[in-house]
Amino acid sequence: MTKRKGARVNRAGAAPYLFLAPAMVLFTLFLALPIGYTIYLSLRRVQVSGLGLGRGSRREVFAGLDNYAAAVADAELWAGWLRVLGYGAMVLAVMLGLALLFALMLDTAHVRLARFTRIAIFLPYAVPGVAATLLWGFLYLPSLSPFQGVLEAFGGEANLLGAGTVVYSMANVAVWGGVGFNMLVLYTTLRAVPREYYEAARIDGASELQIALRVKIPILIPAIILTTVFSIIATIQVFTEPTALRPITNTISSTWSPLMKVYRDAFVIGDVYAAAATSIVIAAIALVLSFGFLRVVKNHAFGEG
Amino acid sequence: MSIGVLPARTAARHARARGGALRGAVPTGILLLGAIYCLFPVSWVLIAATKTPGELFSTATLDIGSGLWSNIADLLAYRDGVFLLWLLNTFLYAGVGAALSAAVSATAGYALAKYRFPGRNLAFNLLIGGILVPAVVLAVPQYLLLSRAGLADTYWSVLLPQILSPYGIYLARIYTTAAVPNSLLEAARIDGAGHWRIFSRVALPLMVPGLVTIFLFQFVAIWNNFLLPFIMLGDDRAFPLTVGLYTLLAAGANQPSLFNLILTGAMLSIIPLVALFLTMQRYWRTDLSSGAVKS
Repeated sequence: MTKRKGARVNRAGAAPYLFLAPAMVLFTLFLALPIGYTIYLSLRRVQVSGLGLGRGSRREVFAGLDNYAAAVADAELWAGWLRVLGYGAMVLAVMLGLALLFALMLDTAHVRLARFTRIAIFLPYAVPGVAATLLWGFLYLPSLSPFQGVLEAFGGEANLLGAGTVVYSMANVAVWGGVGFNMLVLYTTLRAVPREYYEAARIDGASELQIALRVKIPILIPAIILTTVFSIIATIQVFTEPTALRPITNTISSTWSPLMKVYRDAFVIGDVYAAAATSIVIAAIALVLSFGFLRVVKNHAFGEG
Repeated sequence: MSIGVLPARTAARHARARGGALRGAVPTGILLLGAIYCLFPVSWVLIAATKTPGELFSTATLDIGSGLWSNIADLLAYRDGVFLLWLLNTFLYAGVGAALSAAVSATAGYALAKYRFPGRNLAFNLLIGGILVPAVVLAVPQYLLLSRAGLADTYWSVLLPQILSPYGIYLARIYTTAAVPNSLLEAARIDGAGHWRIFSRVALPLMVPGLVTIFLFQFVAIWNNFLLPFIMLGDDRAFPLTVGLYTLLAAGANQPSLFNLILTGAMLSIIPLVALFLTMQRYWRTDLSSGAVKS
């Protein structure tokens, strides 16, 4: 049936290619070419002859996998991965957990103020990451923080920007910024389920909680996988939050996350070759995850194929 | 599903009639806590931006200060009005970038949804695969390539790389599949219309609601982007708000007398998007496959 439908609009000739041309040109110039160039750079290095002064004394030569070996052996980069791993696990668990909780609560039968709370929880999506970090950063500052007194009253650590606490403070910024969007994706999926679907469970005497756990969560699994993969890809590249917090606290190094190290290597130290190799390593990790993602997308979203 | 819609409302009303209000207390309470958490920093900055530097450290957190207008005047006077320039730049990058992005997504999504041709799946997988490429892999070489072309540190360097939106093409394809009936295209073809005419006169008007959604998502993505302009730009007169705010923060974090400028800047950079967000609620959708924007 789909095949026949397609066949009818098939006598196309060059038309579909022309319609696709702008996207493909942009894809080539701003995606394929930079990726190719990164791979090329990652295999090169600068060879300095003599004192490195004068023209021609600095030559770009083929370096094989040296830059990758250096990237894999780089202790600071590993430390960065570990920091991002801990931070990312925290962000993913709390953000997606809260998103799921809010989506399920919005979808319960007796909830009130649903419209107001849904808009309020989605609102941080409209706040740029830099501004969000800045807002929370100022709220963490001991001289301004309204939390300070509360924390001290409970005997908690008072400095929210200290070496031991800053990672939680940063995770909070990411959770705050991302929970609404993920909630919306999950809630949209739930709203698409016909209400009769739950009636059967209700007639069997299931409580709202049981319906949520046994019926709704299984329905949401593909959407949860999708939001998880997107969140992992975003978290691997964390850059804005730690960079924007650095002016406020001295507990974040310039190589706190792998992406910050790429930036420093490329633009502060000027070693674009090392930066390219590190970028490829970051991309490879994202690519491994992409296989799982594409399977999910293909099975659930493109039925019209 | 739009943010503005609440089909649960009727269900909730029936439930309340059966005395369900009490049972709704737990979900409502949890959602209210979430709403307070999400609104708190935004309402805090709205209040903090009204305080003079002195009031910021001396008055209670939620007391409204007396310095809003002087803060705004100070901010607009900062370095010969560079903040206003950042605001205009951001509108330019986000507005033009998102419009071009919607146009490119429209033609690509239409081709992928309504034509069958060799290479269709390859083209789709390539374009959609762009979602998975981390920005870092692109931003550094994009900078190096654009500086070879003499375009780094110009408006083009921020505008051009943000036109292609894999998510936009994905949304355009599903929306077109659902909202544009093949029979209509076939009828236009029988009437002798050419490919471009069918697209622009028949399909495009039906695709508009979906394209508004794509425009909004890309507008927010460009408005909020920090990494790309941070890498591309050195001249602060071309900065968007995100990079401008960062430099303001970096310059003033150790000078409490500048805090009011930074907070006022943060407030002013949030207001346009929040306004856009609240006024265009029915277009904020993550699922376009139902084919029509409900109101």
